[in-house]
Amino acid sequence: MLEIRDLSAGYGHRHVLEHISLKASEGEVVGIIGPNGSGKTTLLKTITKVLEPISGTVLIDGTNVNEMQSTQIAKKVAVVSQVISINFEFTVEDIVLMGRTPYIKGSETFEDINIVRDAMEKTNTLFLKDRLITQLSGGELQRVIIARAFAQNPKILLLDEPTSHLDITNQIDILNLVKNASRKGMVVVAVIHDLNLAAYYCDKICLLQDGELISTGTPEQVLTSSNIERAFNIAVKVIPNEITNSLYVIPVLEPLHETLH
Amino acid sequence: MAKPGKSVILILALLLIAAIISNTAIGSTSISPDITTKILVAEIINGALDITEKIFPSVTAKILMANPFIDKTWTDSQEVIITDIRLPRVLLAALVGAALSTAGCAMQGLLKNPMADPYIIGMSSGAALGASLAFMLLLPVQLLSFIGAVITIFVVYNISKIGGKVPVDTLLLSGIAVGSLLAAFTSLIIFISHSPHQIIFWLMGGLWTASWDKVKITSVMIIFGILVLYRFAWSLNVMLLGEEQAQYLGIHIEQVKRYVLVLSALVTAAAVSVSGIIGFVGLIIPHIMRIIVGPDHRILFPASTLMGAVFLVLCDTFSRTIIDSVELPVGIVTAMFGAPFFIYLLRKRRQSLYA
Repeated sequence: MLEIRDLSAGYGHRHVLEHISLKASEGEVVGIIGPNGSGKTTLLKTITKVLEPISGTVLIDGTNVNEMQSTQIAKKVAVVSQVISINFEFTVEDIVLMGRTPYIKGSETFEDINIVRDAMEKTNTLFLKDRLITQLSGGELQRVIIARAFAQNPKILLLDEPTSHLDITNQIDILNLVKNASRKGMVVVAVIHDLNLAAYYCDKICLLQDGELISTGTPEQVLTSSNIERAFNIAVKVIPNEITNSLYVIPVLEPLHETLH
Repeated sequence: MAKPGKSVILILALLLIAAIISNTAIGSTSISPDITTKILVAEIINGALDITEKIFPSVTAKILMANPFIDKTWTDSQEVIITDIRLPRVLLAALVGAALSTAGCAMQGLLKNPMADPYIIGMSSGAALGASLAFMLLLPVQLLSFIGAVITIFVVYNISKIGGKVPVDTLLLSGIAVGSLLAAFTSLIIFISHSPHQIIFWLMGGLWTASWDKVKITSVMIIFGILVLYRFAWSLNVMLLGEEQAQYLGIHIEQVKRYVLVLSALVTAAAVSVSGIIGFVGLIIPHIMRIIVGPDHRILFPASTLMGAVFLVLCDTFSRTIIDSVELPVGIVTAMFGAPFFIYLLRKRRQSLYA
């Protein structure tokens, strides 16, 4: 269980997040949406204590992250960022084994190797085991990074635009993986840019604008045309998507003032 | 978990032992390899017995009864040449090569920069200025160059520190800036000095002042520094993914940076203080080993250490034997041999070998 209470954070004197409170429970996929620069990534950094909050608290299973060592946090929280490029010729197995970093003292044990193998099986990357990480496609690479996150045995999985730069098949592939992990009891918090994917995959959505949480709730509650217009400054129509039984957000591609009439 | 890793290390270790023995045999007075080996083995036995005698006198007495000594088939002067002149020199070459190569490997990993070598953040300039001052003021060169290197790294580190963090780019740039400043002072000293040759020779790097004292002092620092650096192999691996990623995996990146810098500085300063500025070893050997064993520092570190040692032992022997009664500065030899080989590897690979 992840709980954020009245959190403000930023860099130096510049506040990026103001008074954020939210909860995410086991089995729940919480989507964070909002325009660029609204503080989504900062929020993830603060949850993992990579960035110290200015005020407020982050609780992981009831424990304040400020009282946790960074290895303890890494055992509870795994982060998957945007597709990163790795230019060093590690094998896929080496990269996944890096997920065991908070656990390994000295050298890896058989247990570590088993967990790594298990994580690769779950993400369908076991067949890539001995391939060099530099030779993978974007989709394969991201599945390996998710395997690395699973190898951390986390309670909470944070994703920062995990599907940007991926084709549609890989986007769905990655999000299905994440959804499955949440069904098996993980807390998932994901920054997602694609509002339609967010509507489909998330149980709960938080809409950020200029560092403030302007709406929280189910996709139906949050993804209203007025909310989206307010946050993104673009006119949209939100219609029910009967094929997926969720919502469909369509931007109205004319200047805002003309479409209001 | 690089698969060929362990066997490469074993081969390199054997290669190093072979290089030490064979290169001790080579020199202006010819002493055959088997006599060299016998003298070395006899020396090791004597040394071991000296130590055990202090700890277990009774056991040693029994061993002495069995007379484990090798029959002395060599002359005293041969023994002096081998044990007092050539062996310390070969060992010093191995230590310096190991130090520079390991420190270079650490700096390349830490800075994620293929241009990085042990000297990149100004250590060599600091050592050079220290040595130049020592030559001018007739002070101990080894001590002053060591101090020069250590002070430089301390200054560079603190210049780069912003709010408790040391951004790698800033570190690199402030190292270059401080290095240039110190190099200017060194040039000034050379310019006004009455005997600039000494300084210039020192800057080229060489091992002609090798002695057992130097081996003893530097071996402690270098071996200790290298072994502790190995402990950061995994952290450096993870940091190659990016600092933010490493933090998410629970690594204290600033702590790792501090330790790796201090340890690299220690072994480099120890090496430079006895050998001058030997270039190239710390830049190229880690690259060559990275091509062979991959980027995993758990294998790359020991491979670089051993290869650096082998390489400098060979280069030093070449530099002291190629021209009769003249010693070339070994820095010239390292570059003349290493650079073409490295260019060959680069071409053969036909792809970028680094980020």
